[in-house]
Amino acid sequence: MSDVATKEVVREIPIARDVVTREAGKGSGRVSSTRAPSSIEAYREDFERQESGPAWLDDLRAKAITRFETLGYPTTKNEDWHFTSVAPIAEHTFRLSTLHSAGALGVKAADLERFGFGQAEWHRLVFINGVFDESLSSFEDGGGAVRVDSLADAIKSGEPAVQQHLGTVAKFEQHTFTALNTAFISDGAFIELARDAVVDQPIHLVFISGGEGVSHPRNLIVAGRHSRAAIIESYVSLRDSEYFTNPVTEIVVGEGAHIDHYKLQRESESAFHVGTVQIREERDSQLHSFSFTVGGALARTNVYTSLDGDAATCTLNGLYLTDGTQHIDNQTSIEHIAPNCPSHEVYKGVLDGRSHGVFNGKVYVHPEAQKTDGKQSNNNLLLSPTARVDTKPQLEIFADDVKCTHGATVGRLDELAMFYLNSRGIGRETARTLLTYAFAADVLETIELEPLKKELEKMVLARFTDSPAG
Amino acid sequence: MLEINDLHAGIGDREILRGITLKVNAGEVHAVMGPNGSGKSTLAQVLAGNPSYQVTKGTVRYNGLDLLEMDPEVRAQNGIFLAFQYPVEIPGVSIAYFLRSAYNEIRKANGQEEVDPLEFLDLVQDRLRLVDVDESMLSRSVNQGFSGGEKKRNEIFQMAVLSPRLAILDETDSGLDIDALRIVAEGVNKLRSPENATIVVTHYQRLLNYIIPDFVHVLANGRIVKSGGKELALELEEHGYDWVQNSAGVGAGAS
Repeated sequence: MSDVATKEVVREIPIARDVVTREAGKGSGRVSSTRAPSSIEAYREDFERQESGPAWLDDLRAKAITRFETLGYPTTKNEDWHFTSVAPIAEHTFRLSTLHSAGALGVKAADLERFGFGQAEWHRLVFINGVFDESLSSFEDGGGAVRVDSLADAIKSGEPAVQQHLGTVAKFEQHTFTALNTAFISDGAFIELARDAVVDQPIHLVFISGGEGVSHPRNLIVAGRHSRAAIIESYVSLRDSEYFTNPVTEIVVGEGAHIDHYKLQRESESAFHVGTVQIREERDSQLHSFSFTVGGALARTNVYTSLDGDAATCTLNGLYLTDGTQHIDNQTSIEHIAPNCPSHEVYKGVLDGRSHGVFNGKVYVHPEAQKTDGKQSNNNLLLSPTARVDTKPQLEIFADDVKCTHGATVGRLDELAMFYLNSRGIGRETARTLLTYAFAADVLETIELEPLKKELEKMVLARFTDSPAG
Repeated sequence: MLEINDLHAGIGDREILRGITLKVNAGEVHAVMGPNGSGKSTLAQVLAGNPSYQVTKGTVRYNGLDLLEMDPEVRAQNGIFLAFQYPVEIPGVSIAYFLRSAYNEIRKANGQEEVDPLEFLDLVQDRLRLVDVDESMLSRSVNQGFSGGEKKRNEIFQMAVLSPRLAILDETDSGLDIDALRIVAEGVNKLRSPENATIVVTHYQRLLNYIIPDFVHVLANGRIVKSGGKELALELEEHGYDWVQNSAGVGAGAS
């Protein structure tokens, strides 16, 4: 339009294809068990058996299960799943988990302390295989200004915000796993912040899973005008088992509201996790998202945000650490709908063993979204010759006065830096730990919640310190 | 302290050092001079154990030990220090953490107890003054965003903290203005002692006005072509490297 338009697309270092394509095709040797009925039929059976809710919810669930059946599982021909095969999930029949008590999973108070990082003053809602456990939870429902409750209770008591927003942010038409989650909406967390409400302490949602079934936690966060809160979702388990967690979180960030959202995916190493955090931002709102992923045999985390209002800002950061034969996929999407919105994104990955990491970050700038300022980067460190990463930053710009940059790197430890440390008396193992930690810690620096940052730093350092020589 | 005998080394198939023989005793300062490509930086890197270089022939004894058998960190733990010509940037690692790790690794290797962060902070105070750097530098990432002069000072500061027995300064004077040069040289001089030795690798004679060497060696084409006292450096300054190369009957330096 104007001749001063600055459409800047900077492409950084090209990805080393020789590095990323190595070990292609690995993982196809996985033994899969196909049992009758098919997993899709089993989901339908469990769907029919679930307790009915209010009519509007039953209607939403029914549409969702039908959509799930129509869509089926995504194949690697689907662009969104190009590098991730969900065959291990599709070929496995996960029944709806029935283990809903702390006793069933052997959860003790000390475990909660560990998962809660010893932060006793944080508000804490605990879910066992997706079902709220009041006895393990401790939080204050702030009455009028701050509503914190289980979604099940909020549905039962007919909270207007639930019916108003549920399913409107996380759309399932094109997303199999969101459709599946929606078909089984029953419990999770419901947080509603009234206008100007400020939550003094972080709200920690702890999802403890185990056994061999599936759970579909559903969280709804509605932040009113100029409200503020920090919310943490932790996905953890006590012992290794082959369960499936399929959570969906919807967040509405109202005008001028500020939400810090942290997702810590620390599922057991044999578990499956496909989770979506979907956000809608109104004008002048701020969203800071941090996604920390270390768990699961096959895990996918989606963080999707839509900048609907003028001058809304978002920061989507993340760190994934993979090892063994893990397959960890992170996908983000930032939709610039309104003008004057800055979006910043940094995802880092450290990949060891024969693990496979995937990053796909999309930034769409719609025609009306002038003066968009988007920065996106994805940096990966490969610690072993058999680790692999596929990274695909994507930028689609339909406005002409925008500034967007994106880039991805894949590299190994810098030999010169190694020698520099060695030449100062620091041995190879310590030097490796130090350099790896420094690579990862850099993105942890962006975490504003100090106690969480410290705990994650400790966790990351311990992981690299224990790492065997490579 | 250090006995280099007929040392040949290079990168890949390219031979850079073609038979270096040099003896350094405790208390001595040796200057190794030479034109670009003569192999002087390679000598420094090989002595510190950079794995990018391969030694193809010769021996290096250090205090009676086979230096070439030692990993770079073991060399450092035994008192060898290389001040890098191009110090490496390490984002995300603070100088305090880096240097304390180095200090403690060296102490551990020598059967001494490690020091905690507070003790360490105490003991580096006068070392900071020695090279005229502010304490705030300790919290910066190693060399990241440093100016050329800051990087060189940081190298000498590290040397001061680690107090090596054999310090190798690789072109520490390059890129320094005269004030920085003086500060760095004073730092080096204060660390000189009858138990320690220093090898100063340099292209220019300028640094040797401040760090007075006991011996000067001229390297050309991977060999020492001339050795002498400190006056040799002045002669070189006056006549240029062509003078030694011609008088020694060697062609232009290696690439």
